[in-house]
Amino acid sequence: MNAPATPPAHESVTGAQSLVRSLEAVGAEVVFGIPGGAILPAYDPLYDAEHVRHILVRHEQGAGHAAEGYAQATGKVGVCMATSGPGATNLVTPIADAYMDSVPIVAITGQVGTPMIGTDAFQEADICGITLPITKHNFLVKHAEEIPQIIAEAFHLASTGRPGPVLVDLPKDILQARTRFSWPPQLALPGYRPTVHPHGKQVREAARLLTTAKRPVLYVGGGVLKSRASAELKVLAELSGAPVITTLMARGAFPDSHPQHLGMPGMHGSVAAVTSLQKADLIIALGARFDDRVTGNLDSFAPYATIVHADIDPAEISKNRTADVPIVGDAREVIAELVVALQAEHQAGHRADLEPWWALLNQTREKYPLGYDEQADGTLAPQYVIERLGKISGPETIFAAGVGQHQMWASQFISYENPNTWLNSGGAGTMGYAVPAAMGAKVGKPDTTVWAIDGDGCFQMTNQELATCALEGIPIKVAVINNGNLGMVRQWQTLFYEQRYSNTDLKTHKQRVPDFVKLADALGCVGLRCETAGDVDATIEKAMEINDQPVVIDFVVGKDAMVWPMVAAGTSNDDIMAARDVRPVWGEDQV
Amino acid sequence: MSKHTLSVLVENKPGVLARVSGLFSRRGFNIHSLAVGPTEHPDISRMTVVVTVEGLALEQVTKQLNKLVNVIKIVELDTSVSVQRELMLCKVRTDPQTRSHVLETVELFRAHVVDVSTDSITVEATGTAEKLEALVRVLEPFGIKELVQSGMVAIGRGPRSIAAPSVALRSVERSA
Repeated sequence: MNAPATPPAHESVTGAQSLVRSLEAVGAEVVFGIPGGAILPAYDPLYDAEHVRHILVRHEQGAGHAAEGYAQATGKVGVCMATSGPGATNLVTPIADAYMDSVPIVAITGQVGTPMIGTDAFQEADICGITLPITKHNFLVKHAEEIPQIIAEAFHLASTGRPGPVLVDLPKDILQARTRFSWPPQLALPGYRPTVHPHGKQVREAARLLTTAKRPVLYVGGGVLKSRASAELKVLAELSGAPVITTLMARGAFPDSHPQHLGMPGMHGSVAAVTSLQKADLIIALGARFDDRVTGNLDSFAPYATIVHADIDPAEISKNRTADVPIVGDAREVIAELVVALQAEHQAGHRADLEPWWALLNQTREKYPLGYDEQADGTLAPQYVIERLGKISGPETIFAAGVGQHQMWASQFISYENPNTWLNSGGAGTMGYAVPAAMGAKVGKPDTTVWAIDGDGCFQMTNQELATCALEGIPIKVAVINNGNLGMVRQWQTLFYEQRYSNTDLKTHKQRVPDFVKLADALGCVGLRCETAGDVDATIEKAMEINDQPVVIDFVVGKDAMVWPMVAAGTSNDDIMAARDVRPVWGEDQV
Repeated sequence: MSKHTLSVLVENKPGVLARVSGLFSRRGFNIHSLAVGPTEHPDISRMTVVVTVEGLALEQVTKQLNKLVNVIKIVELDTSVSVQRELMLCKVRTDPQTRSHVLETVELFRAHVVDVSTDSITVEATGTAEKLEALVRVLEPFGIKELVQSGMVAIGRGPRSIAAPSVALRSVERSA
């Protein structure tokens, strides 16, 4: 079946054909999924679809994270598809992940036939009910005629305002029914009106504060990447002269090499970034949500700061920290207007003197730089491996991380210069995110080098998608930072549980089960191993040369490395430890 | 903590009640009562939600509700500018000695008797929560066999309606 861009309005089709036509019309290029009974009718027209590529994954969770990786790398809506019941419930984790990180994905699930709904039929699950709290919105399609409209609404909801996951549940009889396809449909979302344009008065007030503040900081969150406001942010930063900090979700939104960049705030942020918040008299939050991992203990967070909070989601403003100047709007528009307002202030002769502030920050930066010690037992330092990966692969590379120590090191020791080059599971903290997300990113950006930086724990959760990569021609590269343990949990056991290592040793060191090189080979990938610092560069370079196959490097690293700095959970940012038992000290006169 | 009455206009679609009630429970907001029913517009239902929250939490409730795609509009109805009513059905134990007392009480509260049997009568009463509480207190000594009560419904006083663009009532739809 050839799908013309504008088929005749009266054309009679099946619900399934209407679905595939709608996906094509809305511009979906790729669908990650697995067929099954209830979704089967949709797979028949998909077989012939010329404008939609279906990638057969090995587990629905992989489909969901791949859709996320695709969306985060390209800015387009990612699509995943699964059948009813267990197929749909396997999508729950990536949907929750996308909800926490505001990733635009559309999940399409099959459902048992309409007459069977509610009867505990085979492979029935109330996926709309299950995903109610973790989707921006979801739809159960009741009539085949609604399919084009609902697909259009789903993509519109996923990609506009604060982006997020939308699920469309399609009963089998609806997919089989005869219907008419017409495009474009009329959207009917009377309750959905995201505020994009900020209030001018609020923006001018923020600009005025920027000229009177003595210790301002631009606290940049993932919203800046979502609104593609990196260029505007750079202008604002340089115009204001204020320091910039980028959250875990915003790494790459502002070049790491920029002298005004203090790094990442939060539990494992740089001392300078955390200090800038704690000592600030003005925080301009742009598309950030004052997450507990950033604020630490909320009562002692940024005690001197006036808060300007700009976000497209009004519910984020004053949710955790009360905003003095709330601004609802798209980050790009907010920043652009802020630049204009600030220029006006400057022309009127109002300009902040930030020299003493920078003196303190630079001193902090010099005294407590990000760094790491070599392993006492002579084993390979994981931070070194990650640092070299960043250096050798370069700033155009997309890095997707799992969750844990390797994720934090990858956020710290790789220099991100470009937006959308750092993909990770920030809010949900989903282990197993890296490999499928890297797969999705590579599909969306086939000419870009995509590395998954994964831990040995994470890697064992979703590595089956390497089979998908091998067979579908998606040559991602995977660096397994194999310390033989659930490293972050082990770190907490070291620090807070008297080194009682309960159930964190995965034995991927001692018994080498599984052998990641053999596993890579079995999955149709090139498997490499590196155990010494001297071999790191050569191994990475070897992987960089392979572009027709996925590559997995098993980096066997020391298990005792820890992520520093650290603000222990629930404690104050003021109690940040630069390294174990090392607390930064500031002179009394410095604030 | 004080009670606030929110009038929520929602699209008349399946699952809307679950979306609203689910939001309240997962965000830890306390619903005192919830009533839902059709409106003058066939595509729009109206929920009257009474919540026990304060200040910033009320702002969070309304902002989170506003994020639901099926929610069209939220207005807080202040007691001073709205009519608020609940419906109660109450089965009271009666015998030949007490029956006339009960009927007197019913009369006093301008309630109605909607069912009678040899040893009970069922009373229907509408009014504010305070009035219904007072009625229950007076009926209690006779013996209440069964009591059922609706959530509160409320409507603004005066000629304007919530659906109209120029709503005189305090809109909590804050665009911050």
